[in-house]
Amino acid sequence: MKPIHWLAVIPFIGMLVGPAVHNEVDPLILGMPFPLGWISVWVVLTAIIMAVVYLIDPANREDAQ
Amino acid sequence: MTAALALIALAALAALLLGVVARAGRDMDLEQWAVGGRGFGWILVFLLLAGEIYTTFTFLGASGFSYGLGAPVYYILAYGSLAYVIAYFLLPLVWSYARQHGLHSQPDFFVRKYASPTLGVLVSVVDLVALIPYLVLQLTGLGIIVTAAGYGAIPRDAAIWIGAAIVTVYIMMSGIRGSAYTSVVKDILILGVVLFLGIYLPLHLYGGIGPMFEKIAAAKPGFLVFPASGQSVAWFISTVLLTAIGFFMWPQSFAASYTAKDARVLRRNAIVLPIYQLILLFVFFVGFAAVLQVPGLKGGDTNLALFKLAAQQFSPAVVAVIGAAGVFTALVPGSLIAMTAAMLLAKNLIGLARPEATDDQTVALAKWLVPVVMLVAVYFTLTGNATIVAMLLVGYSFVTQLFPAVIASLMPRNPATPAGAFAGILVGMVVAAVLTFPSARCSPPCRKRSATSTSASSRLPRISSRWSSSAR
Repeated sequence: MKPIHWLAVIPFIGMLVGPAVHNEVDPLILGMPFPLGWISVWVVLTAIIMAVVYLIDPANREDAQ
Repeated sequence: MTAALALIALAALAALLLGVVARAGRDMDLEQWAVGGRGFGWILVFLLLAGEIYTTFTFLGASGFSYGLGAPVYYILAYGSLAYVIAYFLLPLVWSYARQHGLHSQPDFFVRKYASPTLGVLVSVVDLVALIPYLVLQLTGLGIIVTAAGYGAIPRDAAIWIGAAIVTVYIMMSGIRGSAYTSVVKDILILGVVLFLGIYLPLHLYGGIGPMFEKIAAAKPGFLVFPASGQSVAWFISTVLLTAIGFFMWPQSFAASYTAKDARVLRRNAIVLPIYQLILLFVFFVGFAAVLQVPGLKGGDTNLALFKLAAQQFSPAVVAVIGAAGVFTALVPGSLIAMTAAMLLAKNLIGLARPEATDDQTVALAKWLVPVVMLVAVYFTLTGNATIVAMLLVGYSFVTQLFPAVIASLMPRNPATPAGAFAGILVGMVVAAVLTFPSARCSPPCRKRSATSTSASSRLPRISSRWSSSAR
């Protein structure tokens, strides 16, 4: 594991912690019940985090050569 | 009715043509047929992985699960995304090893890594036990979709036979390319249909997503949050973690990674697929929209929530378009499953008995095993076999047992021996089976009681719970 790879741990924590600490309908997130809205936001954040990992990961440059 | 018939026939024909055209003058040798010459760019790999992920479940199961059980459905959105994070690291390693050693199936990976054909046999058995019921599930879903979309005018059994025949023809001719190409139409159709339904229905019926959830929360308190027991928050966390781990242990997804032309293709998909996964959110919306609109569906009928609501709101022509998209969601994943099963049968089971077989002989055998696999699946689909239903429940748990052996084998020095991997997978399967079927671990009186609960009436809900247990 290169240091940048540890970023990939964040989605696991983020995704699971929301419903665990606040399992209530309100406040709605983007009109959705809190747990569903929280998970949806983290799906997008997961993609963003993995994009950052992808861009920084030296493996993707080694392959290019 | 004629509109439905025409549109669904058109969809089936389009699938057949695209699947056959995918061959495009290529000589379908083993490398081309099984792994697309290991030359797929990110879009084809994306289509293969997405095609395999959005199945009849997307149409029937996810909406039915939202409708029937509420909040627990949220887990599906969470585990898929985390599975792709794991895939970012896992698939490139699997891919480069497969390329280096010319692997064609998931059992190949174990045979080579552990230098043990016996382990390959065990993995093949695990794979078949998971794959065949899963294929049956797609054909069952196809039957349900065609019946619902055609308002009963299209005979179910005929639809299943035709669907199976189409898949057989284009997979025999085009191999994995056939799956990837038919995915193009499938994904466009499903994207259009699901986004339309998921946005239009809440807006039209409730005035928006927020008002819809507020009304449901008022009418059914507790429905939109995880319950205190059963499918609780603890269930959510453990299920998300376990299913994320098992996701790419499914042999068809594992081996689909072999088609990539380089490792970056696979890593890039780890970014794109979570976003694509958001489509499921709109399927949830449809299911939730149905809660107050078509109340009273029970058990297996919850899988019809989407079609019941659509039939109530739209003309038969629109329902037929939904049905056409639904046909693709059965055919495309079904084709990859059938190909994967035929491939591992030919190479890792029958191939063991004829080690002198050339690649050309292996692929010829695999092609002719496709109709055999499909016939078996059609037989189980039409007879509604109870064992198959039971196998569906444990399929995901079974393939997940492969994970430790895969991870160990990817370490610089594999800490696991072939015997250890074999024992681990076998014991894991037994534990999964015992935990899934309580009847197997209790004394005769208890067994008698659970036997009565497996009556025909409870089979459909069981199928629906399999749909519920996996978004694949």
